[in-house]
Amino acid sequence: MNEIVEPPPPQKLAGPPPPQRLAGPPLWEVFIRGRRGLSHVHAGSLHAPDAEMALRNARDVYTRRGEGVSIWVVPSVAICASSPDEKDPFFAPAADKVYRHPTFYTLPEEVRQM
Amino acid sequence: MAERDHLEPGEQSPALARRFDEMLAEDDRIEPRDWMPDAYRATLIRQIAQHAHSEIIGMQPEANWITRAPSLRRKAILMAKVQDEAGHGLYLYGAAETLGVDRRDLLELLNTRKQRYSSIFNYPTTSWADVGAIGWLVDGAAITNQVPLCRCSYGPYARAMVRICKEESFHQRQGFDLLLTLSKGTAEQHAMAQDAVNRWWWPSLMMFGPPDDQSPNSAQSMAWGIKRFSNDELRQKFVDMTVPQADVLGLSLPDPELTLDGQTGHYRFGPIDWDEFARVLKGGGPCNEQRIAHRVKAHDEGEWVRQAAAAHAAKHAPVRALKPATEAVA
Repeated sequence: MNEIVEPPPPQKLAGPPPPQRLAGPPLWEVFIRGRRGLSHVHAGSLHAPDAEMALRNARDVYTRRGEGVSIWVVPSVAICASSPDEKDPFFAPAADKVYRHPTFYTLPEEVRQM
Repeated sequence: MAERDHLEPGEQSPALARRFDEMLAEDDRIEPRDWMPDAYRATLIRQIAQHAHSEIIGMQPEANWITRAPSLRRKAILMAKVQDEAGHGLYLYGAAETLGVDRRDLLELLNTRKQRYSSIFNYPTTSWADVGAIGWLVDGAAITNQVPLCRCSYGPYARAMVRICKEESFHQRQGFDLLLTLSKGTAEQHAMAQDAVNRWWWPSLMMFGPPDDQSPNSAQSMAWGIKRFSNDELRQKFVDMTVPQADVLGLSLPDPELTLDGQTGHYRFGPIDWDEFARVLKGGGPCNEQRIAHRVKAHDEGEWVRQAAAAHAAKHAPVRALKPATEAVA
């Protein structure tokens, strides 16, 4: 009786499976208060594994010359932004209300200052 | 169809393309979420990445002298400068990431020699005076190149350059100060300063890139507002600025043809060895191998730090998440 020869199983690729890429440290947006009395302003971004490291890195990267007295770090994914393509409709309400500006009103000459 | 920020790669939109062109024509800035041509994006990614690579590779030739700085004052200055270069690399990698690339991929391209860095850093720093020559000439050339980039059409790149240029002026001055001290010192110190200037002068002129008639991508970069002046214009500007400074230093520049053209008010200089430039760019410089090997080693040896930081973050993440925000911070 003829032995039934099974075809060999499909060859697996030699070597270990390709390493799965781990997610890198998340991105943070850095905001810096230049001095007391001013609001925090966006300075740039950086990668850090957690908020504490993000703060320390932000200090080293963005305030080496006394540029700030306070730093915020915010996960970049937490920021919602308006879309640049919505520019016209989104900001339109501001464009057609000239009466919101003081220069819209003509004062009589007798009023020297207001 | 829903509104989208971006078109698929290769997809055309005459309206968006027209708006991009209009913004350039008005000298307005392009921001990350704006539509931009694929080639504009690719050009910026390549240029910003190579710029970032140059900053971090540039740490090596100077860091070579930190442990041998002649005084504590010079050592502190040099450490601050090398730290700045790391910072500049980070600003620029950050700017590149706004174009949709991952910093880790860019570093991988650097480590595997698929992207370049400025070929100037493939020359060795063989004496302490080289630290001065790098600050004065290499950083001087870099500033000449970079000041116009502060008005580059791509917002994040321009903003990074503003920050970098502010810090670079300290770099150039400390180099000048170092060379001046050596030049006015003993005969041996003076000779050391002169030797460093002799070696760094020509490579510094090469930093501006090939002559205009051999720089095929320049015209497109100018049209896109990425480049504001041509290679030759910037090189001339640097020479005109630097020659009088060499007089103040009491050092000569290694070019017998260097003369002031009374008619144009510009200095004329001798021919640049573009064969050498091409050779170094292709990997044949004195330190190409060493720079990349050191970079890869530093990256590999930092792996445990990245892993430890990630593990620490993972361990503490749940605690942090439970903490309610009780106060407004603004």
